[in-house]
Amino acid sequence: MTRGGLALEGLCKRFGSVEILRDVQLEVAPGDLIVVVGPSGCGKSTLLRLVAGLETPSAGRIRIGGRDVTAVPPAERGIAMVFQSYALYPHMTVAQNMGFGLKMQGRPKAEIAERVARAAQILQLGEYLDRKPRALSGGQRQRVAIGRAIVRDPEIFLFDEPLSNLDAALRGQMRVEIARLHAQLGATMLYVTHDQVEAMTLASTIVILNAGRVEQVGAPMELYRRPANRFVAGFLGAPRMNFVPAHVVSQSPGALLIGLEGATHGSPLRLVRATEAAQVGMPVTLGMRPEHLRLADAAASLLHGSVTLVERLGSETLVYVKPEGAEQITVKLDGGSAVARGDLVGLQVDAAHCHLFGPDGSAIGAPSDATGQSAAAGANVRVAG
Amino acid sequence: MYENRVAGVAYVLPFIFGLAAFTLFPFVASLLLSFSDYQLQDPIDAAAFVGAENYSAMFADGTFRKSLGVTFLYVFVTVPLKLAFALFIAWVLNFRLRGIGFFRTAYYLPSILGGSVAIAVVWRYVFAGDGLVNQAFELFGAEPVNWLGEPGYAMFSIVLLRLWQFGSAMVIFLAGLQAIPEDLYEAARLDGARGPRIFVSITLPLLTPIIFFNFIMQVVQAFQEFNGPYVITGGGPLKATYLLPLMIYEETFKYFNVGYASALSWLLFVIVALFTAIAFWTSRYWVFYAQERDEEKRGEEK
Repeated sequence: MTRGGLALEGLCKRFGSVEILRDVQLEVAPGDLIVVVGPSGCGKSTLLRLVAGLETPSAGRIRIGGRDVTAVPPAERGIAMVFQSYALYPHMTVAQNMGFGLKMQGRPKAEIAERVARAAQILQLGEYLDRKPRALSGGQRQRVAIGRAIVRDPEIFLFDEPLSNLDAALRGQMRVEIARLHAQLGATMLYVTHDQVEAMTLASTIVILNAGRVEQVGAPMELYRRPANRFVAGFLGAPRMNFVPAHVVSQSPGALLIGLEGATHGSPLRLVRATEAAQVGMPVTLGMRPEHLRLADAAASLLHGSVTLVERLGSETLVYVKPEGAEQITVKLDGGSAVARGDLVGLQVDAAHCHLFGPDGSAIGAPSDATGQSAAAGANVRVAG
Repeated sequence: MYENRVAGVAYVLPFIFGLAAFTLFPFVASLLLSFSDYQLQDPIDAAAFVGAENYSAMFADGTFRKSLGVTFLYVFVTVPLKLAFALFIAWVLNFRLRGIGFFRTAYYLPSILGGSVAIAVVWRYVFAGDGLVNQAFELFGAEPVNWLGEPGYAMFSIVLLRLWQFGSAMVIFLAGLQAIPEDLYEAARLDGARGPRIFVSITLPLLTPIIFFNFIMQVVQAFQEFNGPYVITGGGPLKATYLLPLMIYEETFKYFNVGYASALSWLLFVIVALFTAIAFWTSRYWVFYAQERDEEKRGEEK
């Protein structure tokens, strides 16, 4: 039951002199679950409201299923929206809430009842149809809100941070339900969240939004492995990527030598990467994900420092190390790792996983493991002693 | 600790004294007096117990029947009209417009002034034979109207004075309107509802707790209306605006029938209590509370 896709063409939104969205270009294929993720105030909810028709764009066009809906009223766009607050009508029963949209369309009562019953069955809400929202738990209310969207059989489902009012356990459960629902309905879904875990687990495509601009669009693991810039690299992944200031020491065909600021033991830690984009002496930032770092003998490592904090999470342990003259670095180890606060440790990184960012924050090349085709990607990275 | 208690009692003592002297005592005294033939000019010990005679006398009293009818008419006309008018103004003032704060204050002003005797006096001159309204009528070539001399028009004049005092109900409605989450209106728009339908299907039901509160307050206040008819029409013409509070006042201070007036007061009290009780009893069918109530248990999370 794949329905229409969505296209945003040069979408802009300004509130007075404040520019909320800038020239957003986006193509969502039919049946895709696209997650727009970004920090608070990045414009993601505004983007959703523009698609819903609750806001008018300052410039640009919105197409749903190929049809230009920029000036079409919300109810006629073929969309249904699930609000962060659920927005259930408190004076109506669950069934009335779910059927209100169809009632407004003038559908026959029998059809409304049938479609409500079908949605209730999908969401296991059958026994609550006569209850008012106040007699439901948070999770049940959320399901009713989703049910209200399903009943309308829209071309596109819009989700505005639908899980942010739920506790952690319920959030995980509802995440699975939404994924199941997407597989079952095959509908196009545009989902907005600030939670990168939701984005990574739910999305077929992620859109990273920052300060009203699209930073990067791609599959979750593609964005994780090949972030286009430092913002994306830092935003995706928990704990976040470690950034260490560095500079280009020398450049030779197929190799780039990087000197780390704060490196110790004589010769600094150097990485080699083949790229045309860097010049000798250029300040760069080295990015290392916590899971790619290992603890080693302090004397044999180029970066070392004392452990300031150890967080044991059961299956994994997070170790925070403060090297001299550098920012704190997070290392993700196995749950049983024997390390304690105050230990002096060295840090080693698998160079194949390292990321490099230029002075403007954009990525220089890509880690060799990013695509599994290091030669093709031109990202031959190795540790140089 | 003990000193604190003494200080606490000392602080509330004036209130307790006031409540006892000016509310509880008249309340009980009027109930006792309603079973007596006490006349205001006589010493209190001259009053004799007459049983329910004052109450039974009411129904034989043509003036009382007329007054009761006029009072009901006044309440039944002013309460819905005032609620509707206050809601309409609140709805208009709820729009986000430039300078809306000024308009909200300006529309509330009549309520501060509206109940006072001074405004009632002004009202009398506005509706007098050569008053402002008739002068305006003449300006447009219309015949002047005997506003305070014709029974129908006299009632209209005091009804209008009551409507003019819409501010307090309006402010409460405005607060209620602003408490309705914007999300619900947006959800309704996405569901395809438009202006009037949104008002009927979303705004009005969510406002029912406020309507309920305002309804009770307005019923109580309308049954107690005194200033308007007393100052503007004196209850006339032909007792057309002779509301029960006015009758109670005149029975006490004009005819000195304190026993009978007390019985009238208690009847008025019972009528107001009855209306309030009916409103509360029926509220379960038409008042919707967004928040969970005790009797409704949360559903179990599946």
